[in-house]
Amino acid sequence: MDLSFTPAQDAFRSEARAWLSANVPREPLPSFDTAEGFEAHREWERRLADAGWAVVNWPEEYGGRGAGLIEWLIFEEEYWGSGAPGRVNQNGIFLLGPVLLEFGTPEQKARYLPKIARSDEVWCQGWSEPNSGSDLASLTSRATLDGDEWVLSGQKTWCSRGAFADWMFGIFRTEPGSERHRGLSYLLVPLDAPGVTVRPIAQLDGEAGFAEVFLDDVQVPVANTLGGRGEGWKIAMSTTGFERGVVLRSPGRFMATAARLVKLYRSRAAALPASLRDEVSRAVTDTEAYRLHTYWTVSHFLAGGEVGAETSLNKIFWSEMDQRMHRTALSVLGEEAELAGPWTDGFLFSLAGPIYAGTNEIQRNIVAERVLGLPRG
Amino acid sequence: MRFTFTDEQRAFQRAVRDFLAKECPPEHVRAMTTDPTGRSPKLWKGLAGLGVVGLTVPEEFGGLGGEEIDLVLLLEEAGRAALPEPLLETAAVGVPMLRAIGGDLAREWLPRVAAGDAILTVAMSGVTLADAHVADLILTPNGPVLPSDLHLERLPSIDATRRLFAFDGAGIDDAAFDRGALAAAAVLCGIAARVIELGATYAKERHQFGKPIGSFQAVKHLLADALLGLEFARPLVYRAAWSVATGDEQRSRYVSMAKSYASDAAMNACRASLQVHGAIGYTHEHDLHLWLNKATALAHAWGTAAWHRERIAL
Ligand SMILES: Cc1cc2nc3c(=O)[nH]c(=O)nc-3n(C[C@H](O)[C@H](O)[C@H](O)COP(=O)(O)OP(=O)(O)OC[C@H]3O[C@@H](n4cnc5c(N)ncnc54)[C@H](O)[C@@H]3O)c2cc1C
Repeated sequence: MDLSFTPAQDAFRSEARAWLSANVPREPLPSFDTAEGFEAHREWERRLADAGWAVVNWPEEYGGRGAGLIEWLIFEEEYWGSGAPGRVNQNGIFLLGPVLLEFGTPEQKARYLPKIARSDEVWCQGWSEPNSGSDLASLTSRATLDGDEWVLSGQKTWCSRGAFADWMFGIFRTEPGSERHRGLSYLLVPLDAPGVTVRPIAQLDGEAGFAEVFLDDVQVPVANTLGGRGEGWKIAMSTTGFERGVVLRSPGRFMATAARLVKLYRSRAAALPASLRDEVSRAVTDTEAYRLHTYWTVSHFLAGGEVGAETSLNKIFWSEMDQRMHRTALSVLGEEAELAGPWTDGFLFSLAGPIYAGTNEIQRNIVAERVLGLPRG
Repeated sequence: MRFTFTDEQRAFQRAVRDFLAKECPPEHVRAMTTDPTGRSPKLWKGLAGLGVVGLTVPEEFGGLGGEEIDLVLLLEEAGRAALPEPLLETAAVGVPMLRAIGGDLAREWLPRVAAGDAILTVAMSGVTLADAHVADLILTPNGPVLPSDLHLERLPSIDATRRLFAFDGAGIDDAAFDRGALAAAAVLCGIAARVIELGATYAKERHQFGKPIGSFQAVKHLLADALLGLEFARPLVYRAAWSVATGDEQRSRYVSMAKSYASDAAMNACRASLQVHGAIGYTHEHDLHLWLNKATALAHAWGTAAWHRERIAL
């Protein structure tokens, strides 16, 4: 065991920190759930890409630096610590990108990855349907083969950032008569194709953070199938694994929240109830535990180990930690907590954490059944 | 010892519930979020007509001469309906303050309040003033102020039906603050009750895996825990009301117990209900946020749970 970083890793951290401190916008960008904010975030992504920071752990040919996972975690710590903007193309970069790298054909990789890296194409995720949320395998949106084209029909919903996105990756029932997780395929759908209707849905804050995507005989080339026909579930679950695992919510993001909380607390500590000191200490320790657990998991993975249903533990932990930290921050703010601002925005968003990327009830079922081997309910 | 409400008190509560179900449905609350004043004179008059606004106004001034014990149940109904009107500021805090000041001021204003012709607001803590834009009289520790004497700068609340204005001054005295905290606790109980009901109703309707989601133990436990929080907050709130009404010397401690429990109960109930609703609860189209945002505002206004717990210990 050696918990120190290598000199090269330290140098990488310094380089990232220097670039970020010189380049992160002084003023926060407008919300990426607005048309204006979306484009401002896309511009920011291009600046990151130009400097080689958009996708540090991707191969160089697709816009990355070929950095390792440890370096990626380091970058994330620096990124969030610097107060940099949220990643408007997080679905493309963190969810689709890794799947393309693993399952994509050389043509697909060359076609899609560089445009993801520069956010020339911003992606949304089309898994959920109105009647298929937790029970995703019951989905009914379908694609029928017509020569070299899939013809898509159905409805996807809750697509984050779908209101302004360019493309959607989704799973569709391609094999007639198939049931549950069999007979699904993973398809890449341009949202400007004829027959696609995108309806923005406002989230709690009133901004169009979600979209519903209606598909009415939408033609998509067969070449837009990612992985084998009928293999969609397996591939989708690998995205979900990534999502729940380390890539969706890296420790850096929460460490930055904890650091802001400590600063807020210290600026008012004298006037605050003693119990809040405990809660703030807990927040700091929580984020350290999450950080160490992540380095532990990644080290295990780099040593050739498997990462399986344990990723569900991660998802439960970060989402509940995030909510606790924000609740503590509101308590520190006291009466001012109701004044709309960055902490209330963060609080509302933290409420969604136990719902998206698979609800925490489903994660607990997975942990109990697949890790502990308890009987299925 | 008789820890229960009278039939009359319950009947009044039911009447107010029925009235608000009709006059203040979620569509009304939603409309008020974008309304220029966010307040409905018609609704206020209706509440005054029922005797709610003047509940704590002495009978000689046209009120019902009721006390906190009568008021808490009605404030719960206000929470249940997510009522935007300043009932808390006017009836729970403002009227008792006017009563305490007495004299010409009380004689001039209390009848107008009871008739629904005057709205009161109070300087909660010296940082914000709620509803100063519609108030006819603002009660501060330095005496009453007319809104025209103040420069009003609006502050955005997480609850779009709350109208807050910056206030730079001292907060009202402890007795008045306790009344506000008690009233907020009662409103929070009503909010908790409503969102638990919404969650339970939805859990029976929504199907996943071929079953109502309410048949999954995880969902049952979320709602059962939320109810646990509420049902143990309520007795603390009712005792606090009694202690304020009777001038019990432990009043502040009891109010703190009530407010800390009610704040936590409401926040937890909202979180649980949102969790049960899944993504649909996270949309603006769904009504849940009307209560969730109000709970977040009131859980932190009138002293946070942590602040009140500290007051209990010291
Ligand atoms: C902010 C946000 C962003 C999102 N972004 C996307 C996106 O980009 N793309 C996309 O496809 N989807 C997205 N989603 C949707 C998300 O994946 C679903 O909300 C989630 O899978 C739950 O589905 P549901 O909302 O239909 O809830 P339901 O499945 O109806 O669940 C309702 C409640 O029942 C519980 N429940 C259901 N089944 C069980 C069971 N077997 N055991 C115990 N409890 C159970 C759930 O845990 C939950 O508490 C997003 C959601 C949110 C809130």
